Amino acid sequence: MTNPAATSPGAGGAGSAPAGRPSSARSLGASINQRLVPLFTLVAILYLLTPIFVMIAFSFNDPPGKFNFTWGTFSLAAWGNPFGRPGLQQALVNSLFVGFVSTLVATVLGTLVALALTRYEFRGRAAVGSLIFVPMATPEIVMGASLLTLFVGTAFDPWHSLTGGTLFPLGIQTILVAHIMFNISYVIVTVRARMAGFDRRLEEAAMDLGANEWSTFWRVTFPLIFPGIMAAALLAFSLSIDDFIITNFTSGTSNTFPIWVWSSIRNNLPPQIHVLGTSIFVGAIGLVVISTILQNRSARLSRAGRPA
Amino acid sequence: MFARRRWLIPWLLMAPGLLWLIVFFVLPNIQMVLMSLSSGTLGSGFSFSWDFANYGDALTKFPVQFRNSLVFGGLATILTFLIGFPLAYGIAFRGGRYKNVLLFLVIAPFFTSFLIRTISWRILLGDSGPILAIGRDFLHLVPDNFTILRTPLAVVSGLVYQFLPFMVLPLYTSLEKVDFRLVEAARDLYAGPWRRPGAIVGGLAGAIVGGAIVIGLGYGSLGGEGTTFLLIASLASGAAGAAVGGLLISETFVRVIFPLSLPGVFAGSILTFIPAIGDYVNAELLGNPKTQMIGNVIQGRFLEQNDYPTAAALSFILMGAILVAIFFYARALGTEGLAGGRAG
Repeated sequence: MTNPAATSPGAGGAGSAPAGRPSSARSLGASINQRLVPLFTLVAILYLLTPIFVMIAFSFNDPPGKFNFTWGTFSLAAWGNPFGRPGLQQALVNSLFVGFVSTLVATVLGTLVALALTRYEFRGRAAVGSLIFVPMATPEIVMGASLLTLFVGTAFDPWHSLTGGTLFPLGIQTILVAHIMFNISYVIVTVRARMAGFDRRLEEAAMDLGANEWSTFWRVTFPLIFPGIMAAALLAFSLSIDDFIITNFTSGTSNTFPIWVWSSIRNNLPPQIHVLGTSIFVGAIGLVVISTILQNRSARLSRAGRPA
Repeated sequence: MFARRRWLIPWLLMAPGLLWLIVFFVLPNIQMVLMSLSSGTLGSGFSFSWDFANYGDALTKFPVQFRNSLVFGGLATILTFLIGFPLAYGIAFRGGRYKNVLLFLVIAPFFTSFLIRTISWRILLGDSGPILAIGRDFLHLVPDNFTILRTPLAVVSGLVYQFLPFMVLPLYTSLEKVDFRLVEAARDLYAGPWRRPGAIVGGLAGAIVGGAIVIGLGYGSLGGEGTTFLLIASLASGAAGAAVGGLLISETFVRVIFPLSLPGVFAGSILTFIPAIGDYVNAELLGNPKTQMIGNVIQGRFLEQNDYPTAAALSFILMGAILVAIFFYARALGTEGLAGGRAG
């Protein structure tokens, strides 16, 4: 830290000049950079948020025609009657149901895999790793299309008698199967990242003190990795409730909220879509804020409880 | 006895998850390969027959859609990088105590539906939307009959917006890890602005990217219609690139920060390119029939025309193209950058 420029508040910029060799071009670039980078960051963030503002604003719109694309007059009508379109309520209920169930199943299955990957040495680790990675690198349309091919394949024997017709015709159950599938990899990766910094000595200490593997897991390991599991579950839920492409291929005649939006958009676009979209947005943000507060509190408690 | 069976434990833990992935990811893909070589209809059932004609059909019938996918996906990836890198850099190096808030705002769009975000862009880019109201009616930057919606520009704008967070997050992760002592060391060793080499590299890159955007979006072509516009646009973006490269970018950035961020560049571009090239929602909601991408064809063949064999062949070609692209891209960036090499 001999360089005074490096300790100044703006030293993070690549263009900051070293104090040793002042030059006009350098200080010009540096001073532009000093302001430009934060400005650009703010503008880019505003750009990312603009469609959200539009969504919220247009939930208060009374559009001139059947499509909520142009501004008419301010109205609370859609908020007063958020399910005022046939099938919309059922679609939202389906979305929430698929979101909760697929999150629960994928989080349990994924956490088990993450545990095995971080705590045990075994052969075939590379193969398991690519089985987890490849689904995340596959375009959604390919995943959706291949699942549809599989499901349609079970309409014919011998697969038909084997599956008992559960996978065809398509419905909520096939959406669930698909959502659990694409969520598993994300859960594994998230939980694993959280477990990487895990102190194994805590478990060893518990075992030394006479705890068996079962109670060591539930009393030591699980509370420590719980925030990671929560983060994975939140990610899985948001991926599931937002998914359109894979759901479009696996839903048959059932609706989720995105599917309902997609099928209505050719004939009309009621402001109710923006109302429900805004509600989901506010709800999701609320969930994240609450879980962050809870995590911070539990981190503080565990720090406070640790003997000095 | 328990100790001898210990090797079984990890496999027992993994069994349900891995089985799910095998049955509902690996198996469907095998099924799809078989389907792509089958003949028949949905009504009578499909039979496997080594029918390579499906691939011939898939490759020859949809040249426009293949071109659109590659061009729009490629342009979207370049543009998300140009927006995403300064953004990730700003958050990582200038975020200060607001870093986490800024990152949260970057992923906030994910808390609304993908479709609703696209619908918002349809409102923003529409013929009576706010962007044209300012640019066309108020500032008169473009002719009165200029539209954005239902053009390639709208589709690419939608793609850039949708996948920007996928670019920013990995870039941020790799920039955040940069050891600041290396930056200080570079400055102590008299690293300054990039100046002349920066102006040359920036100018060339700007001209090429600007030209590619004009040609890719159909606003001009070399020798054909709009050549003057193409030249002016290339010159302007070249000049802008030269100014950025010569004045704003420092040697510290070129020699230290950027090389250390290469793993993020790799991950970000892959995460953007893959969903962009396979997307059909933006092309459907923001484009016109001529801007359809290969995703539109796949979903139409699968869900509307029930022509499964051709659609399966198309999906498989798309997947193959992506794998080849990743392979060459990885080769070009070098394994050192991938593994985090010098960064480690």
